[in-house]
Amino acid sequence: MAKTVVLERKPLSLSERTYLPQIATGLKTTFSNMFKPKVTLQYPEEKPVIPQNYRGIPTLVKDPNGREKCVSCQLCEFVCPPKAIRITPGEVPEEDLDREHVEKAPQEFEINMLRCIYCGYCQEVCPEEAIFLQQEYSSSGYSREELINKKDKLYELGGVLPDKHYKWDKKKKAELEGNSH
Amino acid sequence: MNFVDLLFLGFATLALGGGILMIFSRHPVSAALFMIISMVSVAGLFVLLEAFFLAILQVLVYAGAVMVLFLFIIMLLDVGPEGAKSSRLKLVSGFAGVACFSILIVLSLLLVFDSSPISQASTLWPALDQNSLVNGENLVFSTRVKSFGFGLFTKYMLPIQVAGFLLLAAMVGVIILSKKVIREEKV
Amino acid sequence: MIEFMQSLEIWQILAIKIVFALMMIGAVMTMAGYSVLAERKVSALMQGRLGPNRTVLPIIGSVPIIGPFLQGLGIFQPLADGLKFLFKEEIVPGHVNKIYYYLAPIIALVPALTTMTVLPFGEFFTGAGETIPLMLADLDVGILFILAVSSLGVYGIVLAGWSSNSKYPFLGGIRSSAQMISYELAMGLSLLPIFLWVSKPGVEVSALSLVEIVNSQHQANWLLLVQPVSALIFLIALFAETNRLPFDMPESETDLVGGFHTEYGSFKFGIFFVAEYAHIVIGSAIFTIIFLGGWHFLPWMSDPWPANWVGTILGVGWFLTKTVGLIFFFIWIRWTLPRFRYDQVMDLGWTKLLPLALANLLFYIVLVTWLDQSAL
Repeated sequence: MAKTVVLERKPLSLSERTYLPQIATGLKTTFSNMFKPKVTLQYPEEKPVIPQNYRGIPTLVKDPNGREKCVSCQLCEFVCPPKAIRITPGEVPEEDLDREHVEKAPQEFEINMLRCIYCGYCQEVCPEEAIFLQQEYSSSGYSREELINKKDKLYELGGVLPDKHYKWDKKKKAELEGNSH
Repeated sequence: MNFVDLLFLGFATLALGGGILMIFSRHPVSAALFMIISMVSVAGLFVLLEAFFLAILQVLVYAGAVMVLFLFIIMLLDVGPEGAKSSRLKLVSGFAGVACFSILIVLSLLLVFDSSPISQASTLWPALDQNSLVNGENLVFSTRVKSFGFGLFTKYMLPIQVAGFLLLAAMVGVIILSKKVIREEKV
Repeated sequence: MIEFMQSLEIWQILAIKIVFALMMIGAVMTMAGYSVLAERKVSALMQGRLGPNRTVLPIIGSVPIIGPFLQGLGIFQPLADGLKFLFKEEIVPGHVNKIYYYLAPIIALVPALTTMTVLPFGEFFTGAGETIPLMLADLDVGILFILAVSSLGVYGIVLAGWSSNSKYPFLGGIRSSAQMISYELAMGLSLLPIFLWVSKPGVEVSALSLVEIVNSQHQANWLLLVQPVSALIFLIALFAETNRLPFDMPESETDLVGGFHTEYGSFKFGIFFVAEYAHIVIGSAIFTIIFLGGWHFLPWMSDPWPANWVGTILGVGWFLTKTVGLIFFFIWIRWTLPRFRYDQVMDLGWTKLLPLALANLLFYIVLVTWLDQSAL
């Protein structure tokens, strides 16, 4: 058991009881603070450093060949806790030679930024690595409609991510070799 | 009618109007505020008489300190607007009002028309000159602060001390009344 | 000058006085506006921030070097703040007592502006070697006038608290009136030794005049050095009377939301705000006059400026410098000390400052009597 030591508090001296020396010390501290370097970040001109794993606005990305990655499996719509994502699935037309092995692509993809909580579940759950929470954090608009990000806006925000394994190329290769599934 | 007369009429109207409205307003806070208006207007009248010191004391002591206390207590006790009183209380207050007003009228008439000692109050001051010397010279009574001080500490020394003693007695009384009585519990 | 004044009709004198008064109001209100800016800027600097530096006027802001510099200082911020107060929506809560609710800000501002009438801020040298103090009204009981009128300022706060008809403003108003009554006493008592010290035996001129107090410090000790205890008590009481931290009982955001002006918004709140800062400006000016030698140069030194209009301007400038220094001190204290608890404020006022002021008064009564006796 820890031993409790009761410290005798020294009685305050006369100068301490007036509090004036302490006030003077305080004033000295605040005054010297006036000349220290400032920590303010002048926001629109200076931007904060965003760490690599930052969860910003969710975006849709394309693969290095500029092809739409999303296959509208709607897993993200299902997992989204605030139900911010709405996907209208559509079919990929047969004549699209680039993606002839892909059956579906989103006809419309909406993320409501008024509902989004930036949890990153959509990125985690996406089997096609098509949705990413990137470093963009500033989203504003004058109306509610403006803050619902449509498909083209999402692709514009997302851009192209370097992809390590060309999944569709592999799929195509497999299909050509005859063992598609 | 010149400018000063206009000012006098203005302040006098405010002083009287404030006083009357103070009596007739139902809410205590309004009454207190009308009283402040009345007091500040009286201070204005003093200024017109070039008695700046008196005017300032009027504002400092009455409007600034006493009325703040009044207001403070009205607010602390949360006194609401006065409702209808019983007829007996009405009768008493009406009688008191009439009595006070008639005394006021009589006194004013005495001051204006009679040469009784009250009306000669203004001649009290020259009496001060005869036996008060400052540096070998008579201190002529003026509106300056110094002549007030000199009068208070020479001719009116006794009344001041008596008044001070009265206030001291009142203060001691308040302290005794407001002191908590601590009873020792007997086992 | 005096003959010139006597030759005028009364309405002409009135017109001149009104023009002077408007100029003075303009000066004090500008200083009040810029002390708000100073408050924000100094607090920012003390907390490692930059403070307001965004507001800019179209033409002046585009001047190459000066524009950005002024913008960085936030010089245009008070204009923006004032306009904001003017154009905000006027909200009157349904439960307030309308008449007093509207009256309160006015009552708060008027005494703050009235005290400046007897405030001397410099001297004018006539050709004949005379000096005329620069002030609106040369009252021989100036300091009492200031004490009296500033004591009326409390009604604004009390009425605001009462008419708002809600808990926090009411508590703020009650606290404020108690605080004002308590500290007025110490303030008045701390000034008495000053008058005793300044009025010499045999001098006819009343030493209650602020001009006399300033001139007694010319080529002599500042009264701050002669009577440091009085200066300390007066300064503490001044903080309490202007409701500044560490004594901002009526406002105390942390326990009373906004205190007496919780229910006020837009321009009515703006008036309270300006009144508070006008009090600070005038309080600083009074402290400068009484304890820091007013427009005279350093203690024991004669004024280094010539006795003509240049001297007048330099003297007024020096006076303003001291006043601004004190305003800075007010702000500095605010961002250094925490707020007192209400009972601590009352305790300090009644059991510490009042006895100290009385002891100080007694000491100087004995000292002045002894000096007078030994001089005879």
